[in-house]
Amino acid sequence: MSEATQTDLSSGVAASSSAGGAPTGKGSQFVLGRTAKYALLLFFVIIVLMPVYVLLVTSFKPPADVNPESSWGLPLRWPWESVNGGPTGFDNWITAWDALAPALGRTFLLAIPAALIAAMLGSMNGFVLSRWRFPHASLVFTLILFGMFIPYQAVLTPLVQMKTDLGLPSNISTLLIVHVIYGLPICTLIFRNYYEGIPIELMEASRMDGAGMLRSYASIVLPLSLPGFVVTIIWQFTSAWNDYLFALFLTDVQGGPVSLALNNLAQGAQLANYGAAMAGALIASFPTLLVYIILGKYFIGGLMSGSVKS
Amino acid sequence: MRKRMSILAGALAVGLALTGCSSGGSNGSDPDNPDQVEVFTWWASGSEKAGLDALVKEFNSQYPDIEFINAAVAGGAGSNAKAALASRLESDNPPDTFQAHAGAELSDYIAAEQIQDLSGLYEDLGLNEVFPADLIDRLTVDGKIYSVPSNIHRANVTWVNTEVLESAGIDPTKAPESIDAWIADLQKVKDSGVDAPLAIGTEWTQMQLLENVLIADLGADGYAGLWDGSTAWDSDGVKTAVDHYDQLMDFVNQDYAGLDWDAASQIVIDGNAAYNVMGDWAEAAFTQAGQTWGTEYTTWPTPGTDGVFDFLADSFTLPVGAPHEQAAKDWLTTISSAEGQKAFNTVKGSIPARTDADPADYGEYQQSAMESFANDTIVSSLAHGAAAPIAWSSDISSAVGKFGSDRDQDALISALVSAAESALS
Amino acid sequence: MRKGIRNWGPPVLLLAPSLVLVAIFVYGLIFANIQTSMTDRHSLASEGAFVGFQNYVALLTEGRFLHSLLNLVVFTVVFIAGTMIFGFIWAWLLDKGVNAEGVFRSVYLFPMAVSFVASGVVWRWLLNSAEGDRASGLNRMLQTFGLDFLQNSWWNEPIWGMAAIAMPAIWQLSGYIMALFLAGFRGIPDELREAARMDGASEWKLYRHVIFPQLSPIALSALIIVSHMSLKVFDLIMAVTKAIYQTEVPATYMWVALTSNDYAKASAIATVLLIIASLFIIPYLIHTMREEKRSS
Repeated sequence: MSEATQTDLSSGVAASSSAGGAPTGKGSQFVLGRTAKYALLLFFVIIVLMPVYVLLVTSFKPPADVNPESSWGLPLRWPWESVNGGPTGFDNWITAWDALAPALGRTFLLAIPAALIAAMLGSMNGFVLSRWRFPHASLVFTLILFGMFIPYQAVLTPLVQMKTDLGLPSNISTLLIVHVIYGLPICTLIFRNYYEGIPIELMEASRMDGAGMLRSYASIVLPLSLPGFVVTIIWQFTSAWNDYLFALFLTDVQGGPVSLALNNLAQGAQLANYGAAMAGALIASFPTLLVYIILGKYFIGGLMSGSVKS
Repeated sequence: MRKRMSILAGALAVGLALTGCSSGGSNGSDPDNPDQVEVFTWWASGSEKAGLDALVKEFNSQYPDIEFINAAVAGGAGSNAKAALASRLESDNPPDTFQAHAGAELSDYIAAEQIQDLSGLYEDLGLNEVFPADLIDRLTVDGKIYSVPSNIHRANVTWVNTEVLESAGIDPTKAPESIDAWIADLQKVKDSGVDAPLAIGTEWTQMQLLENVLIADLGADGYAGLWDGSTAWDSDGVKTAVDHYDQLMDFVNQDYAGLDWDAASQIVIDGNAAYNVMGDWAEAAFTQAGQTWGTEYTTWPTPGTDGVFDFLADSFTLPVGAPHEQAAKDWLTTISSAEGQKAFNTVKGSIPARTDADPADYGEYQQSAMESFANDTIVSSLAHGAAAPIAWSSDISSAVGKFGSDRDQDALISALVSAAESALS
Repeated sequence: MRKGIRNWGPPVLLLAPSLVLVAIFVYGLIFANIQTSMTDRHSLASEGAFVGFQNYVALLTEGRFLHSLLNLVVFTVVFIAGTMIFGFIWAWLLDKGVNAEGVFRSVYLFPMAVSFVASGVVWRWLLNSAEGDRASGLNRMLQTFGLDFLQNSWWNEPIWGMAAIAMPAIWQLSGYIMALFLAGFRGIPDELREAARMDGASEWKLYRHVIFPQLSPIALSALIIVSHMSLKVFDLIMAVTKAIYQTEVPATYMWVALTSNDYAKASAIATVLLIIASLFIIPYLIHTMREEKRSS
């Protein structure tokens, strides 16, 4: 198996930015003018960032200033100034923070362990599946992979029932188990592809017996696995953080993650407060955005692995 | 089926071992301590929370030894709470008492034998005498009563922007006699330059408007008969109502599907529409906007429904297997008491279920509602769970939502007929 | 024998926990779900007697469910077309060599890091369907640019409203498709392009005969990924419109059924979703498995 692994692919994407300086097609009708190219790229940047602009400006408008006429405009006043003694723009952020803070804490307690545990299990599976050619190995792998593509609705009714039968609490500890389990397929996939990219000479694993295999996993493979772990953990962290489906079916606002608290802030209140809801959306997105900005290259790696094989 | 689930579930222990988490209720309720009561509500914010706080204060003064444990579940106008509750009831871990809309919404719990008959408590406390007989009828299922109402709301109220009506040359103090007269007025307002004189919101608010029209066209008895099968859903009365509803929908704001009730009320407050049909909790939206009843806005019973009180109520139950049954009964005693009802309703803005409350304690709108409640014919609200069980009202809701996009009267009627067939079978 | 355990034991030990979990929570629960879908558990009280395929027959003849399927189809088609078009254009533009490529790439990709619940907050506002004086969001912007005639009620339109719901999804996932295509462009050996040029092939022929064939496996992957995400669409609809008839898809219908304690209907809907998903996932997985066997 010599083809590039997904993680290599992603670093390929990242690395190519330096090589991208030399335009390829020359002198044909397919070559866009330089200006046209950048104009298009900038146009798309504006479109993509438009919702962010709306989130930012609205979050700093006091409720009294949120009205249709000025909905695209900048805030009419500084965020610390109030309208006739009413709430200020900052009050949106305070309201949102008060509504989300406990859930934010819980979501960290959910997403970090979910990522670590699933990554560890995925690494073990990926190693075995990439090195151990037992009968029907690829069938077993495919059966595991199937779990990543199913619509989770297909397991939710019995899952809710099971939670009820066992009397599991409607909080993040139940959710943690679920995220670890349904994260297994993709973690296994990422690691298997990653390990297949490690040169075979390095491990001589093909000729090893089981015990030797275990030893080589702990002493050679694990230390080499850091990039794989980073990709997997980021992926798992992000999907656990952003999950709403499992959270809605298995937890409640009191014990659930930030996605539920945010939806409740945006829709559950008696009188809608767009400013606070938008501030809340920014607060709830901040951790994953931070991960994306700092570790973007690895983030893409996780994304690419969703394509199984190129 | 259940057994197999449990076998499967046993294997979950593997997962549990991974995290070492503990199971069971984690809310501080201790079944061995009799001096506790765990109360499950969706009153977690705003005036509802303030009302609950006032109620708890009253409870503490009546029963100083009992610790109140708040198991409120926020969000989704109660839908989150219902899901959470269903799971607690199923796993035999009920709270001591829980909030539910009085009436048909309780039927699922009753059928599953998850809540207890409270007729005895009604006798002991003399509640049959202080609640209106009509209300007792609506609460009674096969001769038994399963819940104690804490507050009453009215769902057939039309909120009116007086200025918009006056500039269209209509007297806002007089309600139109019938739906037809109302439609004529709507046309007048539209001719005066208001594009969408009737404000409406998302699916359930459409359902509430339809319910108002059904009451107007069928009368209280005919409307009540819809829920026990004595009025046919394809009868001429329903057909008239659906036609009226269709005409009314010609006057509504086009962005309705995306608006919650408060956004729809806001359109009336801002003077961009003349009317909105909504429950009396909308009062808070108008007063918060600094408006005064009788000046900037006014209310009447929805045209054609004068003399009928379309009720919904929050109520409390006693689950089977409640860990603190006696304390739960104490809680029910407090909420049904004159003091408890006053403490809660004056803060929440609803009206008491008891007829012996002193109107002087309440605001101007509430006083008029209390008078109607005592004298009018009481019917159950569909949109708020009093008239039909959840599955039935969910079917109706989806049929009404569909009508919003296709405006096909025949399709709506046949959907209503088949919803009734599957619910009453 | 001892040798056998030494050989087999450790790897089995490493794999076993995951295999057991996947067996129970994927296959076991799918089985349990199918089982429930063949009972009459329509309420809390029901014990659930076996009724065979009755729930499926009822679903597939029910206008409401067919409407939710139609919504899903409209959503899926627009979603796929949108992400593929934007993803391809972006990758194509970036592949031509751009200064600060990393910046553009990061901007296009960042919505992927945001949850549908969070982006739903702003899209709910952008897709506000009021027009005229009360317009906000996109309709207000169209007015500002003098494009009043383009104003529309977005997801409030019957049927095509689902295309409006697809907009946030396209916004969120086009960057992902771009990344896939970009990797594909970069994976095409320069010699191939050069060779084609040496032969005097026009730029169009270069694309037609060299680049597109090289990209087609990626396009297939992208197609599968986007369509399976589309089937799962739930968060977005709940965040933008809540569960209402007009924007109902099977996933939100299932939620409504489950909250009214209709377990049988909920699981029947879920099974239909699973079957639809399997129709293209299973061939894809088998295809991938065969490819691997061939190359190893």
